[in-house]
Amino acid sequence: MRRALLSVAVVALVGAGAAWWLTAPDNLPASALDGVTGDAGRGQVLFAAAGCGSCHIAPGAEETDSPVLSGGRRFATQFGTFVAPNISPSPQGIGDWSDYQVVNAVMRGVDDEGRHLYPAFPWNAYNKATVQDVADIVAYIRTLPPSDAGSLPHELSFPFDIRQSLGGWKLLFEHRDWVLQGDLTPEQERGRYLVEALGHCGECHTPRNALGGLDRSAWLAGAPDPAGKGRVPNITPAGLDWSEDDIVTMLQSGFTPDYDVVGGEMAQVVRNTAQLSDEDRAAIAAYLKAVPPVESTAPQPGAGDSTAEEGTASDEGDS
Amino acid sequence: MHRLAKTTLLATALLLPAGVLLAQEADESPEDLAVEMRQGHMLNFAHNLMALGAMAQEKTAYDAATATAAAENLSHLAAIHWDYYWPEGTSNADRQDTGALPAIWENMDDFNAKHEALQQAVANLQTAAGTDLASLQGAMGDVGKACGGCHETYRAKEE
Repeated sequence: MRRALLSVAVVALVGAGAAWWLTAPDNLPASALDGVTGDAGRGQVLFAAAGCGSCHIAPGAEETDSPVLSGGRRFATQFGTFVAPNISPSPQGIGDWSDYQVVNAVMRGVDDEGRHLYPAFPWNAYNKATVQDVADIVAYIRTLPPSDAGSLPHELSFPFDIRQSLGGWKLLFEHRDWVLQGDLTPEQERGRYLVEALGHCGECHTPRNALGGLDRSAWLAGAPDPAGKGRVPNITPAGLDWSEDDIVTMLQSGFTPDYDVVGGEMAQVVRNTAQLSDEDRAAIAAYLKAVPPVESTAPQPGAGDSTAEEGTASDEGDS
Repeated sequence: MHRLAKTTLLATALLLPAGVLLAQEADESPEDLAVEMRQGHMLNFAHNLMALGAMAQEKTAYDAATATAAAENLSHLAAIHWDYYWPEGTSNADRQDTGALPAIWENMDDFNAKHEALQQAVANLQTAAGTDLASLQGAMGDVGKACGGCHETYRAKEE
């Protein structure tokens, strides 16, 4: 009997140990930044391409060339409300973090104290970026004004408030490989990098399972708005029948083919994509034409009476 | 009570509200009209922007007279006093046929400020449209920003 109890105890201990080990952070190698120097000049446009400001600039802040990344924006989801933290170069932000620590947070979802970060922060897209690009973004962020605003805690329900459980989430749902595989032109590859890695478009445009993992079989096929009402549109060729020119125009100006102007979060995205080069916008369009068409129930961008400002906001303006 | 009588009573109770609703639809309320008018107003914007956009994108040849005419239309559309477009009870929390978010009524001053920003952008476009293609292209960008700046905060996603 004692022996049996002991066996159970050992098995339980080993199991717990294995679980702990399996859910422990998987950091970038310590040498990841060897020979890499961040270039703040390059970082500025990459910062826009990665959409950092859309979440980390305080809600309602004026548009400026030197944004204050004080955080505070709230994201309501089925798991609770996430609050974007201060990532400005101050002690309350990332001022005291090493470059390695920031790059590791961006690409592995682990903070300076080794704790998992929630996937509301799109490290599951940024993990496909190059270390050089992320280091450039970090160098740029360090040139921006500091803010001493304290980061607010997320307001999550049990059990989602247990950070260690995110290790399990990562085992199940973290993907460091591209969704769109196969032979791509250099332009399509560039578009893939901008859409799947930096732009993290799939975070809103791809449906999620009950645990919040992306359904990569319905990549970019549209999804319910996590905040509640409405849907984010399908931007696969099955949902988006725009020409590549149309897509480029929208990313540059916000105008859809029928001269509605996109709103919602997509208005913020357009402020970012407007800063990209014409070549990069064309690359995004080329990529979107290459992803597999997936039918969905999401509204088609620009379909129907979307020129009306009213509820027929069918464009990704509302994504 | 007999089963039949019960059933009849139940059916009447269920159908009565539907009948009331149908009767209401027959003549439009001021709220119905406001929603229809502002949606039509937005379509009018889009129609005139389309002509300018085709030139800005160099899909049609630039023509100063056509561009000026469309820009003048936009200027009239933007100048309209539209307070009566936004009566209480016409947000998407009140009705299905609108994407106007309740935030409009919670921040009416900001909403009106964004309307004024549109008026300014369109006034600039009016000057630029007749000047040359490059001026038109530049001014169109600012009009898009003014439209998007409002849609960003005050328009809902489609259901």
